[in-house]
Order: sequence, then structure tokens, then C-alpha cells
Amino acid sequence: MTKVEAIIQTSKLEPVKNALHDIGVEGMTVTEVRGHGRQKGHTEVYRGREYTVDLIPKIKIEMVLADDMVDKVTQSIISTAQSGKIGDGKIFLSRVDEAIRIRNDQRGEGAL
Amino acid sequence: MKTLLMRLLLGLLLFLSCTPGLLAFVAPAAHSPDDINVRISKLEQQTADAKSSADNAWMLTSAALVLLMTGPGLALFYGGLVRKKNVLATMMQSFAMMALITVLWALFGYSLAFGAGNSFIGNLHHLFLWGVGSQPDLAYSATIPQQTFMIYQLMFAIITPALITGAFAERMKFSAMVLFMILWSILVYDPMAHMVWGKGGLLNASLGGYFPTLDFAGGTVVHVTSGVSALVCAIYLGRRLGYPHDSMPPHSVVLSFVGASLLWVGWFGFNAGSALGSGSLATSAFVATHFAAAAAVIGWGGMEWVKNGRPSVLGAISGAVAGLVAITPAAGFVGPMPALLIGLLAGAFCYYMVAKVKARFGYDDSLDAFGVHGAGGTLGALLTGVFASSSVNPIFKDAQGNPLPSGVLQGNVHQLFNQFVGVAIAWALAAVGTLVILKIVDATVGLRVSEEHEIQGLDLSQHGEEGYYWEVST
Repeated sequence: MTKVEAIIQTSKLEPVKNALHDIGVEGMTVTEVRGHGRQKGHTEVYRGREYTVDLIPKIKIEMVLADDMVDKVTQSIISTAQSGKIGDGKIFLSRVDEAIRIRNDQRGEGAL
Repeated sequence: MKTLLMRLLLGLLLFLSCTPGLLAFVAPAAHSPDDINVRISKLEQQTADAKSSADNAWMLTSAALVLLMTGPGLALFYGGLVRKKNVLATMMQSFAMMALITVLWALFGYSLAFGAGNSFIGNLHHLFLWGVGSQPDLAYSATIPQQTFMIYQLMFAIITPALITGAFAERMKFSAMVLFMILWSILVYDPMAHMVWGKGGLLNASLGGYFPTLDFAGGTVVHVTSGVSALVCAIYLGRRLGYPHDSMPPHSVVLSFVGASLLWVGWFGFNAGSALGSGSLATSAFVATHFAAAAAVIGWGGMEWVKNGRPSVLGAISGAVAGLVAITPAAGFVGPMPALLIGLLAGAFCYYMVAKVKARFGYDDSLDAFGVHGAGGTLGALLTGVFASSSVNPIFKDAQGNPLPSGVLQGNVHQLFNQFVGVAIAWALAAVGTLVILKIVDATVGLRVSEEHEIQGLDLSQHGEEGYYWEVST
């Protein structure tokens, strides 16, 4: 099992969600996050005082997948969320030892 | 010696005559007819002053209430309906009207709308508010200073373009909006206001219009013009990015709820204030306004309940606005029962326009400015011709001053034709005027924000601010 964490532009959530649904992803957890990589922030001015906003709103999608799904999912995210500009985000993959369904204590990939 | 005594007596008498109370005590029943006439005319003046003060108090209150409709009322109503990245920009569009239209009105707008002029537009006699002071303009309102009439009418000129902003929400450049609204106010609002309410206007019912159209508080002038212009804007600008596939629910129905409730309250100034005095006509318009709003909540909410199995809060408040729109031309002409009926019909009809017709044609009238104001205003203007009653407001009189029938139900079938003409002219002027203005603005500053700015949101891209600044609590 692999955990996919994708940090993407907020405006790409809808298209990515739809694309993942189309290739059979059944569950995901989405969080509104703030952060930055190499992308510069912007400044806002309130009554003449400048504020630098360098933590930019992003969307984090988390999914735990059976290993044979991972390539399909990452490709789908890349092709949907890519604009080619700085700030498109990142995908992180990591191993997951166990998954447990709380309802019936089911274990392993069947619990996903 | 004798003459001196005579002089003293005469002097005493003269002194006493200056103090009538004392004179009455000393020498009762010593009034000359002239004296009584002076006192009567003085009393008449005082009575007129008292009436003028009473009317003026209500009219200034009404003017303030109508301004309350734009900011905060409409600004909150629309602000809640957009996505949160556009909340400030949307509120700013309404607020900008409070500044922009005010200046235009002071310089020449009032003159173009309410100067004598011809059938279509006023003249320039009141340029820079020349001659608009404490004296009443007898043709418009004999009991209040013309300056009160001017500031009251200004509040209508402010909210009308603000209503249009609902159609192009979330995608128009601020600079384009400013230019559009300046031109729209001059080319569409001022002529329409003059035609319906101005001296000698083509549609004026009380000042000798060719097609006397009954429009008490602006069904055609405010709601049909803004609603139809909104539709043209929505179609010309095109849909928002992602519409209709992406869901774009209101970011805060709570804000919209507060806004709609303020609109309801402000509307008493809008409609009851249009009596231009504080007499019984204002009461009748006040009652009709409230009844129509209430019935329209039931109309829209009821439709939702039947169709979707439950009534929504957004439906209830949208219904109230629809009812207020529809009763606007009719308030001051119809009784309480027709007001209930007009509201009920408007609630159901506007629900149908917004939920069904818009989806069928696919235009992105983002906040339903056409579905509510265009549709509700048209319905209300036509129904005014049906339900107007001379017992509420004897607007038409014969040569002897006896009231003539007002609406179809009283036997004046022709009035429905006049209402239709008024509505048709409002539709035509709004559609053509708006299209021409959009072309001009498109060719000069460009209408839409860039795709990048639209995704980023108008708050940041147009104003460099955020409605809800994110900070870590420390």
C-alpha cells in the first residue's frame, strides 16, 4: 500500500477530483493548507501598510492506494494539475504498513 | 393740554394693539377685519410649514433607507452569494456606485433625469444643481424642498446600476465596471427616469405623458432596466470559468440573509417614500410592500418545498426580494389583497425563471439579477395595470377632478396596453443601451479579467486585499 500526498493549486481541486473519480479512485481526504515552495507570495496593502503573504493557499489531497493503482493516479494528477508555472505543487509517495477499517476491523488492501 | 391727553391716549392704544392678549383683556372684541386676515394667513403658513416638516422628515428618512438598501443591503446580499475570493470585489461594486453615481448626479444626472426637457430626456437647467434648493418643485412634490427630492431620487440612481453587478459578478474588471456604470447611468438610467417620472416624460402618468404608465416606485425605471441590462451583460461577458460544471455555491448564505433582511427594511423607504409625503398614500404603499414580500417568501419557498422536498433559506430570502421587486411599481396603486397576490405570483414566477429558465438557456446570470429583477419587475409592472385602483390612488382624473378608473379590474382595460408600452420601452432602451456600452468598454479598457486573475479571485487581483485574511492565532 502506498500513500499519495498531492499538494496542488486550489483551482485544480475540481478537475483533479473528477479525473481521479474517472480512473476509479474511491476515497480521498482533502485539506486546505498554506505553504510555499519556490513560488513567491504576493503583497497586500491595507491603509498604506504592506503585508507580504508568502504562505499561499493550496490544497492537499491524501489517498492510500493499492500499489498497482499508484502510477495511474500520479499520472492523472500530473496531467490534470499541471499549468507549467511555478506553484503547481508536488506529489509525495510513502509506504504504508497497515490499513484498518474501523467499522469491522478489516485489515490490509481490502480495508481501503 | 387737551391735545396732549389725546396723544397720550392714542399712544397707549397703539401700544396695546401691539400686544393683542393685553388688548383683549382691556378691550375685548376690538379686531379689525384686516387683523383677522393677517392672523388667518399666518395660521395657514404655519399649517403648511408643519406639513412640510412632517413630509420632509419622512422623505429624509426614506432617502437614508434607500441608501441602506445598497450598502450594506445589496452589498451583503451579493457578497454572500459569491465565492469567498470575490467577496470584497463584489461588495465594492455596490459601494462604488454610492460614490460614483452621487458625483454624476450632482454634476448633471439630476438635471438630465428631472429637468423639464423633452419626452425622452431632461434639460441642463439644473446643471451643478443650479436652482435646486429649499424651495419645492411644485410639479414633483409641493411640500418638500427640491433638494430633498433630489437626494431621494439619487438613492434610486445608485441602487439601480448596483443591481446589475449581480450578472457579471466574479469576472469583470473593476476599471471596466466603473466606465460601464458611468455610461449606463447617463445613457439608460437618466432617460428612463425622465420618461417615467420627469416633467413631460413620454410615460409619465401624472405629468401628461403620451403613454401614462403606472410605475409608483420604479418597476420599469429600476428593476426592468437593471434586470434586462444584467441579462445582456451576462450573455456578452460569457460564463465564469468552470460554469456550470464546477459547483459555485454561495460562500456565506449568512451574509446574504442579513443583506436580504436589510433590503426588506430599506424597501419601505423605496416604496412608501415614493408617496413623496408622509400621508395615507405612504401607509398604503408601506402595507402593500410588506404584504407582497411576505407572500413571495411563501411563493418561492413553497415551490421549493413541492419540487425539492424542503424549503431553503436562500429560497426564502430570494423570494422576499422577488416580491419586493414586483410590488415596486404597484405599491401606492393597489390594496393589501392584490399585494398579497402579486407577491405570491412573483415568488413562484421568479423561482421558475432562476431554477428552470436560466438552466435551460445556459447563460451565467451569476447572482440572478435578471431572474429576479428583470422577470419580477416585468411581472409587477404588468400586474399593476390589472390591479391599480382609484380608491387607493386617484391618479387619473377627468376635467372636473373626479377620479377615473385606474386598472383593468376597474374597467380601464387600456391601462394594460400602456403598462406594456412602458415595459417594452424599458426593455428596448436597456438592451440596446447596454449592448452599445459593452461594445465601447470592450474596445477601450476590455471587460473581463484575465483567466489567471479570475482563478486568483477579484479581491486580490483587482484590489490587493482579501475578505478573510488568514493568520495564525498567537
